[in-house]
Amino acid sequence: MIPLSYYVTVSTMMFVIGLIGILIRKNFLIILFSIELMLNAANINLVAFSHHFGEIDGQVISLFIITVAAAEAAVGLAIIIVLFRRKATTNVDELNLMKW
Amino acid sequence: MAETAFFIYFATITILSSIMTIGFRSPIYCTLALLSTLLHVAGLFILLNAEFIAAIQVIVYAGAVLVLYLFVLMLLNLKKTEDFLHKQVWVALFFGLVLLAEILIGLFKAPFFTKTPVPKSEELAALGNTAEIGLALFNKYLLPFEIVGIILLGAVIGALVLAKKYRQADA
Repeated sequence: MIPLSYYVTVSTMMFVIGLIGILIRKNFLIILFSIELMLNAANINLVAFSHHFGEIDGQVISLFIITVAAAEAAVGLAIIIVLFRRKATTNVDELNLMKW
Repeated sequence: MAETAFFIYFATITILSSIMTIGFRSPIYCTLALLSTLLHVAGLFILLNAEFIAAIQVIVYAGAVLVLYLFVLMLLNLKKTEDFLHKQVWVALFFGLVLLAEILIGLFKAPFFTKTPVPKSEELAALGNTAEIGLALFNKYLLPFEIVGIILLGAVIGALVLAKKYRQADA
């Protein structure tokens, strides 16, 4: 029987890795990957607590999170394709049209 | 005992391959590391007796979303760049680790870790994981389920409209 705190520690580490990834990488695609990492960390947390408290609700909500992540991937990739067609780059430093 | 060994394996590989996801220079390697992360997270779900979520994780994430990412990556044909990191790497690492420490300290002081786990009730345990999720999804969570359907529809239409090539006459 693995204690709940181990799972929470793993998911926290994964979340922070995703956050660091968003902060340091220049490639738009890798930023999307980091968002997926953070969503997965949330999923681990939800399922671990659902197991710990003997309720099914956490698992149902993690299903919803997986669905929303799939939708986010579709729209994000469409945005990347449009940007690449216009600017031929996925470097977020060069995408500064909306910066003041 | 075997459970602990499997947990250590899955947790270690999950963390290592998520570090690789943000660490590799080539986006293809990053995608493959993300694939490994997702598969090992599915392993953690199985250890938590959530077989249905583990199956969905493999089918939807590793099967569909990752293939979509790889497909777009092949389509884009990115050039190799020398500088793939921002200048603020050390600041980001420092504040990331500070945040990790803060979250862990806050969590371990929280009251729920000292409580003993609540076992599942007999009738729910007899149903099995998938049937249990189905019952919850179509009774208690029926409205969120429908809303998620609308979100998916919006994403499909949005992606189509964004990625469509307009001819000169339509634009």
